[in-house]
Amino acid sequence: MAVGLPENLFLTKLDAAASWARSNSLWPMPFATACCGIELMATAASRHDMARFGAEVMRFSPRQCDLLIVAGRVVMKMLPVLQRIWLQMPEPKWCISMGACACTGGVFDTYAVVQGVDRFIPVDMYVPGCPPRPEQLLAALIEMQEKIMRTGTLTGREFAGRTKSNGPPPFDLDEVRRSQEAVGVPGLDIYTPPEIQLGNAGKLN
Amino acid sequence: MLDLDSLQERFGNEITESSFRDNRRIVVPSDKVYFVLEQLWREWGFDMLVEMTAADYLEYPGATDRFGVMYVLLNTTTGERVIIKTHLNLPDPELPSVFPLWHSADWLEREIFDMFGIKFEGHPDLRRILMPEEFTAFPLRKDYPLKGRGERHNFPVITRAES
Ligand code: SF4
Repeated sequence: MAVGLPENLFLTKLDAAASWARSNSLWPMPFATACCGIELMATAASRHDMARFGAEVMRFSPRQCDLLIVAGRVVMKMLPVLQRIWLQMPEPKWCISMGACACTGGVFDTYAVVQGVDRFIPVDMYVPGCPPRPEQLLAALIEMQEKIMRTGTLTGREFAGRTKSNGPPPFDLDEVRRSQEAVGVPGLDIYTPPEIQLGNAGKLN
Repeated sequence: MLDLDSLQERFGNEITESSFRDNRRIVVPSDKVYFVLEQLWREWGFDMLVEMTAADYLEYPGATDRFGVMYVLLNTTTGERVIIKTHLNLPDPELPSVFPLWHSADWLEREIFDMFGIKFEGHPDLRRILMPEEFTAFPLRKDYPLKGRGERHNFPVITRAES
């Protein structure tokens, strides 16, 4: 069927049009809690210039953002804040976890540091490195744009299927093993070793 | 210059002194430490509490007490420094607060309480300062595992479908 279209007109799908618009004007929310934040600043600064990809508008209010960049380690006290910021961001929104610490806890395998933000908030893109170079972050941004173009829909239907957290469950086997490593030295008179109670968490199923 | 004899004369012979490089350390029993510190503040001009910290001597070779608490004092007129040290044991490590003498003890004592569970009698606001309020352990005690007891994973999970 031939449709007579005037010049300067083209046909597309609404989903694709929305994704195209969204992916080319990502507004990042810089959640920079540690050294990775410096690299994030470098990415936005003139030398690497994130503006080339339409993502230069860093907003410090989550209400105006649609891309959360978690740059740095997140500790127990900060995690509720991070979750709240994530919930405050309007739909549609995406999340980049930047650096070894945000992805896995990095070298900070201690009692206070959350071992990967993906356990508690949804993450779309992981950037490895300690810290990742600005080029890597830019690559992740471009990848993110491609992902939005590929999967994005006008109403955000593509998010509905993601009902599990991306990260490992809180007490996966590895975690149990790590907490069992930490048994103290018995046989000292000023000291009684603590009982480590794992409850059901240590069960294999 | 603070001399040990006058302290011993006043507070008894359990007070001992040692030094390492140019650090003078005076070890005082825990029931007398407040009075010694007050004396230093009142009569010897130690008007600044530079640092106050604690250590857990569990598994330390030759240690007889579980905790040590150190006060690093400075006389800002003469530049003299001295470290007062005292020892404490479980089950109820407790010291009188030195907040009335030096207000800088406020957060330092809160930090020691947070990390070691040593209580400071008379502190105006003894709450946790670094860890979240609902945390129950004292993480710098040596019998607390470095990786914690799972507190770091005790949070609700937000999935993409519900946010
Ligand atoms: S990944 Fe490396 S650079 Fe980034 S926050 Fe962790 S320690 Fe710092």
